Amino acid sequence: MPRRVLILFAHPAFHRSRANRAMLDAVRGLEGVTLQDLYEAYPDLMVDVPREQGLLAAHDAVVAQHPFYWYSAPALIKEWIDLVLTHGWAYGEGGTALAGKTWLSAITSGGREDSYGPRGENRFSVEEFMRPFEATVQLCNMRWLTPFVLHASHLAGQTELVDAALRYRERILALQRDG
Amino acid sequence: MGHDILSQAFVFLAASVVSVLIADRLGLGSVLGYLVAGALIGPFGLGFVGDPESVMHAAEFGVVIMLFLIGLELEPALLWRMRTAILGLGGAQVVATGLTLSGVGMLLGLEWRVAVAAGFILSLSSTAIVMQSLREKGLAATDFGRAAFSVLLFQDIAVIPMLALFPLLATTAGAEAHGGPLASLPAWAQTLAVFAAVGAVVLGGRLLTRPLFRWIARLRLNEIFTAAALALVVGVALLMQSVGLSPALGAFVAGVVLADSEYRHELQSDIEPFRALLLGLFFISVGAGIDFPLILARPLLILALVAGLVAVNAATLYVLARAFGRPRPDALMIALALAQGGEFAFVLFAFAQTGGVVPASVAGPLVAAVALSMALTPLLFVLGSRAASALAESVTRAAPANLPLVDTPHAIIAGFGRFGQIVHRVLVANGYSTSILEHSADQVESVRSFGNKANYGDASRVDLLRAAGAADAKLIVIAVDNKEKALEIAEVARKEFPQLKVLARAFDRGHLYELMKRKVDAVERETFEGALRLGTAALRALGWRGHQAERAAGLFRRHDERNLRAMFEVWGEGDSPEFRSAVNARRALVEDMLARDLAMHQIAAPDEAWDTQSLDAEVERQTRAK
Repeated sequence: MPRRVLILFAHPAFHRSRANRAMLDAVRGLEGVTLQDLYEAYPDLMVDVPREQGLLAAHDAVVAQHPFYWYSAPALIKEWIDLVLTHGWAYGEGGTALAGKTWLSAITSGGREDSYGPRGENRFSVEEFMRPFEATVQLCNMRWLTPFVLHASHLAGQTELVDAALRYRERILALQRDG
Repeated sequence: MGHDILSQAFVFLAASVVSVLIADRLGLGSVLGYLVAGALIGPFGLGFVGDPESVMHAAEFGVVIMLFLIGLELEPALLWRMRTAILGLGGAQVVATGLTLSGVGMLLGLEWRVAVAAGFILSLSSTAIVMQSLREKGLAATDFGRAAFSVLLFQDIAVIPMLALFPLLATTAGAEAHGGPLASLPAWAQTLAVFAAVGAVVLGGRLLTRPLFRWIARLRLNEIFTAAALALVVGVALLMQSVGLSPALGAFVAGVVLADSEYRHELQSDIEPFRALLLGLFFISVGAGIDFPLILARPLLILALVAGLVAVNAATLYVLARAFGRPRPDALMIALALAQGGEFAFVLFAFAQTGGVVPASVAGPLVAAVALSMALTPLLFVLGSRAASALAESVTRAAPANLPLVDTPHAIIAGFGRFGQIVHRVLVANGYSTSILEHSADQVESVRSFGNKANYGDASRVDLLRAAGAADAKLIVIAVDNKEKALEIAEVARKEFPQLKVLARAFDRGHLYELMKRKVDAVERETFEGALRLGTAALRALGWRGHQAERAAGLFRRHDERNLRAMFEVWGEGDSPEFRSAVNARRALVEDMLARDLAMHQIAAPDEAWDTQSLDAEVERQTRAK
């Protein structure tokens, strides 16, 4: 039985994002994959907590796909984390709803790969920047996977985009197979 | 066979219904149907109609109305945008074809003035047949369709100078046609009079008709508006006739004068049925007037004329279309589609004949040839599209010329009161174009004074919606201040324009459900958002922080929308008789709503977002355990 995958997609300017469009197009409509387009569902940022918790409960793996805004995520992702991952449900006493599920962050970054790390202009690696997400996932007893990263998304040509989209699709398929 | 007016009318109407039905079945279009009907009931057919001349006279009013409507179509802005296509291809076609046909006429031994008149008359194609065929086949918006439209448009305009200049070509005195007081004047004075009278119509149209229509529109009586519109056309026609000019010319000018007025769509829609019927009558009388004995007596001559006319027309058009950069398949389609003679030939030949420009012995066979060439049009269309698609496979398509036929609005705003205006502003502020339909003449006037595109009329009328661009627009916003009217518009829009997204303003819950029942794409209660904002302000006045009040409002909105949907199901069933009664339904809705609001208070208030109570409690327990 393939694992059910929930893609939490967040991009406040999706109409301008070639990279995220290519990635979404590559996985849209895959069987067993649910797409939750957060900025489309909650244009007023009023996240519907019961609905989101229901979605999480009905899936085995969560993919958070978003641009790497300010070394982090668009505001709605943070809002979603603040509101949906409630105490006593996602973590803490009796908070076992997410235990055993898998989390994959899939991010697009404008910076080149070599701009991250101790010698790069951003000084830290992507892995280091993603630590708050990693810790959040672990507090909820979920499994943290190495993030999928598309670097230099603004500079990517059509071939690079197609290539990245196919890599993304492979990650999702692998997630369905192996968790 | 009685020839009183009722039996005459019956024969005409019955014959046209039957013939048009048959022609439509055969895919030949209604014009051919009318012509055949006329031929059948005419003096040379079954002889039901004794005197086609008298019918012709009444039916010519159909041409007058058609010219008025063509004039109405000619918005100055549209003309300006299409100026290259119209003046280029259109102008070249009339001049080149007219001169070629004149030359052919002179070679056949006609006097030069007769040849020139006949040549230019025959250079005109049939707007009625071609536009109808283009629309029926869905080709009107293609590159080829637009090119054809440009040519036809120029031809329609070219009729005016022809009408004005033909008196100069008169070979014999044609005074009996000019019964007016100008008949005794020399030709140059008559020509001068044409321009003077046209000037009078332009001035009168600018200064008098718009206030008049505004005044009538305020009465909100559709039939009076129609009557006024018809009276205007008839009046102009009579005025023109009384000074010895063509009524069609006057009607055309009157149409152009009113083309950019706010009453254009309403006028078009109101007069259209009369145009269609009278034009049908006109075609019937043309059919009845086809001189079959003449054709039978000289079949070879007529056939040669038809063949020659179609060949010269098509060849000239093909060469010109190629010269104007049309790809070969397009050029071929244009050439064959426009190869026939046109309905204006009948009008102009009649005019030229009575004016002493072209003798009856020349006009007779030519009119017959034109009628036959028109009958060939459906066949030429089929031939053209076959040949063009064969050609198109071997030829790579050139870049399409983006020449919009009409301004296609993105959105239609039905009702431009306080509500519609805001929707309009949101759309316009974000770069979309709108087409406004409004039932209050005062409102239209004030809106137009700010440079908006607004038209007066009842938006539940299909013809008006179509005229406002409903067939091509993306969506319609129903914001009229009348509940029943809003439902009607929603139904009409759903049924007639399936591509159109329907967004509606609801007055209250009952109205909202009625709209939802009609499957509108989005609906918004007119007072809800405003009241919710004020409710939020009330919470803040009670000391809530901004975000807290804002969240409460957001949660309330969600709660209310859910209830609306849940209660819609109940409402839709509506099987209990009490529920059907409007008063009870209202009470039930309100009671149910209040009950659900209390339930919300228990579930969602206080809003638990960012609530750390349970976390604090856990930390406290852990601390104590240590």
